[in-house]
Amino acid sequence: MTSHAPLLEARALAFHRQEEPVFGPLDFHLDAGELMLIEGDNGSGKTTLMRVLTGLLRAEEGELLWRGEPLTWDRCSGEVVFLGHQLGLKAELSARENLAFTIGLHGHRNQSGIDGALTQVGLTGYEDEPVRKLSAGQKKRVALARLLLIPAALWLLDEPYANLDRAGIELVDALLEAHIAHGGAALVTSHGAVQFHGGEPQRIRLHA
Amino acid sequence: MLDTQRPGLTHACVAVLRRDLTLAWRQRGDMVLPVLYALIVTSLFPFALGPESALLKRIAGGVVLVTVLLAMLLALDAMFRSDIEDGSLEQLMLAPQPLALMLGMKILAHWLATALPLIVVAPMLAGMLHLPAAVMPVLMAALLLATPLLSLLGGILVALTAGTRRSGMLLALMLLPLCVPVVIFAAGALAAAQEGLPWIAPVAWLGAALVLAVVLAPLACAAALRIALDS
Amino acid sequence: MANWIPLWLHKLSSPPVFYRFAGTLRPWAIALALVLGLVALYGGLVLAPPDYQQGDDYRIIFIHVPCAWMGLFIYGVMGVAAFIALVWRIKLAEVVAMASAPIGAAFTFITLVTGSLWGIRMWGTWWTWDARLTSELVLLFLYLGVIALYHSFEDRRQGARTAAFLALIGVVNLPIVHFSVVWWNTLHQGSTIKLLGPSTIAPSMVWPLLTMVVATKLYYVASLCSRVRADLLSLEAGKDWVRQIAENEVRG
Repeated sequence: MTSHAPLLEARALAFHRQEEPVFGPLDFHLDAGELMLIEGDNGSGKTTLMRVLTGLLRAEEGELLWRGEPLTWDRCSGEVVFLGHQLGLKAELSARENLAFTIGLHGHRNQSGIDGALTQVGLTGYEDEPVRKLSAGQKKRVALARLLLIPAALWLLDEPYANLDRAGIELVDALLEAHIAHGGAALVTSHGAVQFHGGEPQRIRLHA
Repeated sequence: MLDTQRPGLTHACVAVLRRDLTLAWRQRGDMVLPVLYALIVTSLFPFALGPESALLKRIAGGVVLVTVLLAMLLALDAMFRSDIEDGSLEQLMLAPQPLALMLGMKILAHWLATALPLIVVAPMLAGMLHLPAAVMPVLMAALLLATPLLSLLGGILVALTAGTRRSGMLLALMLLPLCVPVVIFAAGALAAAQEGLPWIAPVAWLGAALVLAVVLAPLACAAALRIALDS
Repeated sequence: MANWIPLWLHKLSSPPVFYRFAGTLRPWAIALALVLGLVALYGGLVLAPPDYQQGDDYRIIFIHVPCAWMGLFIYGVMGVAAFIALVWRIKLAEVVAMASAPIGAAFTFITLVTGSLWGIRMWGTWWTWDARLTSELVLLFLYLGVIALYHSFEDRRQGARTAAFLALIGVVNLPIVHFSVVWWNTLHQGSTIKLLGPSTIAPSMVWPLLTMVVATKLYYVASLCSRVRADLLSLEAGKDWVRQIAENEVRG
């Protein structure tokens, strides 16, 4: 694909739930190698926007284009990885088993392995512990390890900093920087101020 | 593009199957419950109807069939429940694999974990009610065809209730019209076998329905899930 | 050429237009339904001669048969509306499908009740596992499932789409149920009872029956109109046209 259409583009995108506006209309576009921060208070529609961007939810108004074509769930599947409030981890399985399942579905980047990814997110020694026994922050780190493994062009991270300590926050920033540096794109929501070291990201503010 | 290794279909199917079966095995206490339930329900019949052998013999096939169906209904609710709660289902829907096939694998895993133990104890349940030994193979054939059919149909309905909170009674209400034909043909085969009549026709109907369901139900299940979670 | 029909349908599918259309249609439909219903009842209960076998008992068919037809007819309407709702995502179709379900369930329920009342007189039992009765019972459960599923969602449009999918499954299921129940009935020959004898129906019995069929259809149209109007108002509560109606109501 050598088209010059941006990776993700929204035109007058708006979402209503039971005739109540949730967000929008929004216009933005995101290219490879770009980071976008979505800021807003609780209830401003950040999570809903994220779910619309994954294609799980359909926005009734506006357009959402993926590489210049209307985004549907099957067009972008596999190129998008979504990290939401629910981490998608099985509590009864270990971190290693959870990641093995992820790889089974999505495949993995070359030169990446489960052990390497778990080491990178600081979970050495917890590989075979059932996820149920891990702390909230450690669970988040398991989910972050998934980002390292899945070959995706776009990361959609919903509140990636929640539950993380200072080292964890730095880890997320480092992961994002590396992803952007390798030509990936990312959308990140947060309700607080975020400091990002790798250049100034685009910002969108949602209002309740 | 990023250098990637995309897994093939078989690989993905195995991943889903392995995960769900591992989970079922880790929580094998839950697997025992439907079996226990079937055992209790079956043993209540002689108490309610009297231990008269001729009567029990006559109703044995139908009772085992309905008991297995009810026990499956008990476990049906859990098919996608935990996956919805912990977000795994969203991850599955975003994976670069055909959703219908992945859901088919989940239904298969659910069938293996809940229906197979029931089929294994079915001869014992039937024996408690004095089902003639000659009818036993027909019972097994009917169960082997009817239970996956119920799992597949149930899968669609569970997907439809995915966006609701509690759905136990609702599932029963929705499943009843769908399982009427299944019960009729399975019980029909048993009744025919017990009277020494040819029983191949109803079993063949069940088989044909199963083939259709194996192809169509996962597709319907995927469509239902997308509709039910679209909000 | 004849593209005014799709154009007209397209216009009609907009909620405010349908709201006004249903508002004008409703009084006419209900008035006609009442008049025809009374005429049919008079024709059926007074004018028609008693049956030579069943005496006056057969007269319940003037309620029973039209209701049974309506139970199936409304399921058909619901299925078509559900299909349109799912494929083209038209809000009006969702509302029509969901508003039809309780009406259809009511007709099916009346069919079952009148059927068993008839059964007591004719067969001495209020219920028999006859193929038609059993199918009718399953139809009632299909309706109830659709209604229950619709109401178990907080978001009404999501509930409507999900229940519409269930209604479509029912459309596939219903013939299978009927076929299997008929097969089951022939298997258990002993309990089969002929519902209607081979007796030919006199013309004086036919016209009240057909009049009643038309009356029930019109009643359905009227009932559907008022239900859809109410649902549209609550679904579109935030829109301008609803606000305008509310303001006019207050002023008037």
